[in-house]
Amino acid sequence: MLAHLINGISLGSIYAIIALGYTMVYGIAKMLNFAHGDVIMVGGYISFYSMTLLGLPVPIAILAAVFVCTALGIVVERLAYKPLRAATSLAVLITAIGMSYFLQNAALLIWDANPKAYPNIFKNFEAVEFAGARISPFAIVAIAANLVIMIALTLFTTRTKVGKAMRAVSEDKGAATLMGINVNFTISLTFAIGSGLAAIAGVLLCTAYPTLMPTTGSMPGIKAFTAAVFGGIGSIPGAMIGGILLGIIEILARAYISSELADAIVFGVLIVVLIFRPTGLLGKQVHEKV
Amino acid sequence: MNTVLKCSNLHVYYGSIHAIKGVSFEVGEGEIVTLIGANGAGKSTTLNTVGGLLKPREGSIEFEGKSILGVAPHKVVSEGMALCPEGRRVFAQLSVKENLEMGAYTRPASEIPETLQKVYEQFPRLKERQSQMAGTLSGGEQQMLAMGRALMSKPRLLMLDEPSMGLAPILVDQIFDIIKALNKAGTTILLVEQNAQMALSIADRAYVLETGRIVNAGTGKDLLNDDSVRKAYLGG
Repeated sequence: MLAHLINGISLGSIYAIIALGYTMVYGIAKMLNFAHGDVIMVGGYISFYSMTLLGLPVPIAILAAVFVCTALGIVVERLAYKPLRAATSLAVLITAIGMSYFLQNAALLIWDANPKAYPNIFKNFEAVEFAGARISPFAIVAIAANLVIMIALTLFTTRTKVGKAMRAVSEDKGAATLMGINVNFTISLTFAIGSGLAAIAGVLLCTAYPTLMPTTGSMPGIKAFTAAVFGGIGSIPGAMIGGILLGIIEILARAYISSELADAIVFGVLIVVLIFRPTGLLGKQVHEKV
Repeated sequence: MNTVLKCSNLHVYYGSIHAIKGVSFEVGEGEIVTLIGANGAGKSTTLNTVGGLLKPREGSIEFEGKSILGVAPHKVVSEGMALCPEGRRVFAQLSVKENLEMGAYTRPASEIPETLQKVYEQFPRLKERQSQMAGTLSGGEQQMLAMGRALMSKPRLLMLDEPSMGLAPILVDQIFDIIKALNKAGTTILLVEQNAQMALSIADRAYVLETGRIVNAGTGKDLLNDDSVRKAYLGG
């Protein structure tokens, strides 16, 4: 049971890191970036080829993936989403779905459809015994990465000038502009942070499920989106809680109920939660005085 | 008297709707100038255009002799003018203090504590509530916060859009007293108001807007006694 729980939390940590990208972009740009899952896949390929083809050490390979994905996030926003800033949300949504397929097919073209076997980046590390359960180095790193990212982002948005400006932009772009805040820069920055995190999630995901394909990112992307909605989209702690709960539910469902039904159960829980709490677990329900 | 703001022949559109049709006006240093008019006359549109949120299709806007038409919207505030928007638009989920810090976004960090102190002296209520979320403030407090936030950029020209909207009469008096005090302390004021009586009584000069055009202009006192203005805006 404890082993399942730890597996669930570590898988959930990956979902949480991905969900942050969804939730931050939604909070700032009020759009669902469905191409976010495919940025994970790009992160997987970049780190894979950095290690295998270029023979780079693991940390450098991860940095390379973060760098490329950050740039990719900025470019995607500039080329595909920025021209639609004033368009209806439906147009933006369709564009995001199109961008998702574009990235998958570009990956198919560049890296072909054959699955790649992702190397085990923790092969030199031993599992740790804890209360009778073996905790893999992967689980430790995934959970620690999630915690560090969450704390860093919380400090960034509450303590720094740019982070506070980000919250101001997410509330009212016009008023933020009047303050002298560059809204376009803030949106680019949000995409950059979300995509950089997606690269880290990509490395962790490929380590957990070492089969890398152009469609690798889409299912975890959808699940992380579910996690973001589950926790309350727009909320950073919500993404963390939603991601971890989703990971636990998935692993427990797979272990005790049925591995075929696990995904159905995950999405079923989402539907039930949304019936009772339409804004998610930590969704914003602030009543403003006027 | 030096001209602080000079707008000439402004034409502003919302899509194909011609909202502002050739508006020209001036604000001199140290003045309180008000734009009055009914709902939909184009008062807020004019102010938002000066503040950089809207781009005019035609016409010119000069601030202290320099055209600000090519200036990016978020850089207008660095030129030395601040717009306190209609409906206050405080950041509800930021604290009062964070809202004020956002107002000083373009200012060097070293001077913020001093400016903050000054704004707190002007609005002691804001100091009491500095760590409260802005969304939990009352309407009058939110108006004070919106004004304090605009003052944090140390503007030479302060533009106020409907500061009295939705406030109890006693608060309206208080807000107008503050506007007068700010003006006395050296800030030039451009005021947009539906409460024409109050606006005209404190204004040096006023312009009357009707469906996107200026139809009347004069000193505050003259317009208060002008028959057509009395009929249209002051209830006879």
